[in-house]
Amino acid sequence: MTSDVPAVDRSERTRSLDPADFAIPLGREEEWRFTPIGQLRDLLTDDLDAPSGSGSVSLDVKAPNDVKVERVSHRDGRRDARLGAVGLPGDRVAALAFAGSDTATILTVPQDTQLDEPVVIRAHGNGTPGADFGHLLLHVEALSSAVVVLDHVGSATYADNLEIKVGDQGHLTVVTLLDWDVDAVHLSAHHIEVGRDARVVHVVVSLGGEVVRVTPEVTFAGPGGDVELLGLFFTDPGQHHEHRIFVDHSEPHCRSNVNYRGALIGERAHSVWIGDVLIRAGAVGTETYEINRNLLLSDGPRADSVPNLEIETGDVASAGHASVTGRLDDDQLFYLMARGIPEMEARRLVVTGFFAELRDRIGVPFVTDRLKSALETELERASAS
Amino acid sequence: MTSLTIKDLHVSVETDDGARPILRGVDLTISSGETHALMGPNGSGKSTLAYAVAGHPRYDVTSGSITLDGVDVLEMSIDERARAGLFLAMQYPVEVPGVSVTNFLRTAATAVRGEAPKVRHWVKEVRETMDQLSMDPAFAERNVNEGFSGGEKKRSELLQLELLRPTIAILDEIDSGLDVDALKVVSDGINRVRATGETGVMLITHYTRILRYVKPDQVHVFAGGRIVERGGPELAEALEAEGYERYVGRDLASAGAN
Repeated sequence: MTSDVPAVDRSERTRSLDPADFAIPLGREEEWRFTPIGQLRDLLTDDLDAPSGSGSVSLDVKAPNDVKVERVSHRDGRRDARLGAVGLPGDRVAALAFAGSDTATILTVPQDTQLDEPVVIRAHGNGTPGADFGHLLLHVEALSSAVVVLDHVGSATYADNLEIKVGDQGHLTVVTLLDWDVDAVHLSAHHIEVGRDARVVHVVVSLGGEVVRVTPEVTFAGPGGDVELLGLFFTDPGQHHEHRIFVDHSEPHCRSNVNYRGALIGERAHSVWIGDVLIRAGAVGTETYEINRNLLLSDGPRADSVPNLEIETGDVASAGHASVTGRLDDDQLFYLMARGIPEMEARRLVVTGFFAELRDRIGVPFVTDRLKSALETELERASAS
Repeated sequence: MTSLTIKDLHVSVETDDGARPILRGVDLTISSGETHALMGPNGSGKSTLAYAVAGHPRYDVTSGSITLDGVDVLEMSIDERARAGLFLAMQYPVEVPGVSVTNFLRTAATAVRGEAPKVRHWVKEVRETMDQLSMDPAFAERNVNEGFSGGEKKRSELLQLELLRPTIAILDEIDSGLDVDALKVVSDGINRVRATGETGVMLITHYTRILRYVKPDQVHVFAGGRIVERGGPELAEALEAEGYERYVGRDLASAGAN
């Protein structure tokens, strides 16, 4: 575990649509220092003239009729004004993804619409070499509620921007499931804008991939917003799962709750969790708590976990952070085994239990079931190795 | 009839300062259908004996033997011991977050019985046993020992005892932290298990209070890491009147056990 203060305040970072405004990362920069730069392949290209994706990733959108689905051209000069309005890229790869995605998908849940079925978007990588890029905007208008599941499977070298805008009193649960094949590389920038009295539950589940790096950034468009950022990851040998969260509290009486849990197993399994929370001077009455818990299931893994809370106002309702990394508890295993439960099954029970609280909080049966079976598969693979 | 036989057992516990001997030659035999009380002052090594029989990895058997009907228990893993018929009700049951009592009980029963209990019978069995222990049905949906009160933890241990039906049950201070009402509920549970005639019960206790409700066949006084006196129920009465002073003076001074 590491613990230090970022050299540069995250809110002060460069934001631009032009990848050339960012230097190619070397791995020493604060925001890249944990990332295996050498494994990012074509996402680090220095050829920025009209970048274009390999087309390896296709999106399949299944949405109830109430949802408006648009595919808009996304080339210079013809850019839809809605794109980039929630958040501009904050690093070179995100800017490259913005410039390189030919079309963007925009999903709009019109005002005062309650979806009774989840929207399911499936990104499938067919393994074509070369980087591909994506751009998705989810707009849940005022007074509406929706559940959106973003599923990622197959193989790809992929970078994308996900913009999420939730209008006043809107309610969105958005689950990003990263179930890539073991050779996939995916860098994903999430920009989330929470409207007045809106509620957003943002879930990231990282299971697959060789390198997965998700950077959710939250801003508030009005007072009373409520955001839960939940994350579950199961990091296998050789995998890199990185989650960098930034919650920018600028509005009064908002609430944020960050809860990430991961299990790691085997050689060179590496997880990174960075939790940056900034409470600005105007954000009085803020309630925030962030926690990352990691469970090391064997020798060999490395979990970096860095909570960072910066408070610029004297009037905070509550603020806290925690980070705990440890091994499976011998006494828990003993207790279960002393009731006749074999060791492997006892380990599975404890690990499943470790994730259960978060899993059940997602509150979407479709996702909970998928997660249950995905974790079962991970645990079976882990116990077989 | 099944017998657990402990012979000249020496056990050390791993501490930060290295291995520390706790048990110094324990001899004890208990058979199914019998009830023994193992009494002694705090720090005499009673819990160490319980954990050593159950196979806790922190306790190291340095010499002696534990056998169940002649089969070497020390060669068995923790879960094998439980499936062989041994049960330890723990003084401090462990919280297992995210694992419901229901799931835990069913998994344990499946392991111990060798097959999954039939759902309909099982649900009824659990409900009735919980009812006898005055446990709210909602209890089954909670996570194992998480946020349980002292009394709830002890009832939960009893619930497991009744459902898993071991041949030898060691109950480590099952009476500690219970008010009189809860003590009666727990004692009734123990007596139901005894009435089957199929379980040998070893009650480890510091106090004689529970022995008013659960009558032991034999009483063993434990001090300084071994049994220093044996007798019938009358020995418990003597201890109630006199306390442990005469044993403590003799053995604890040299043992330093805990």
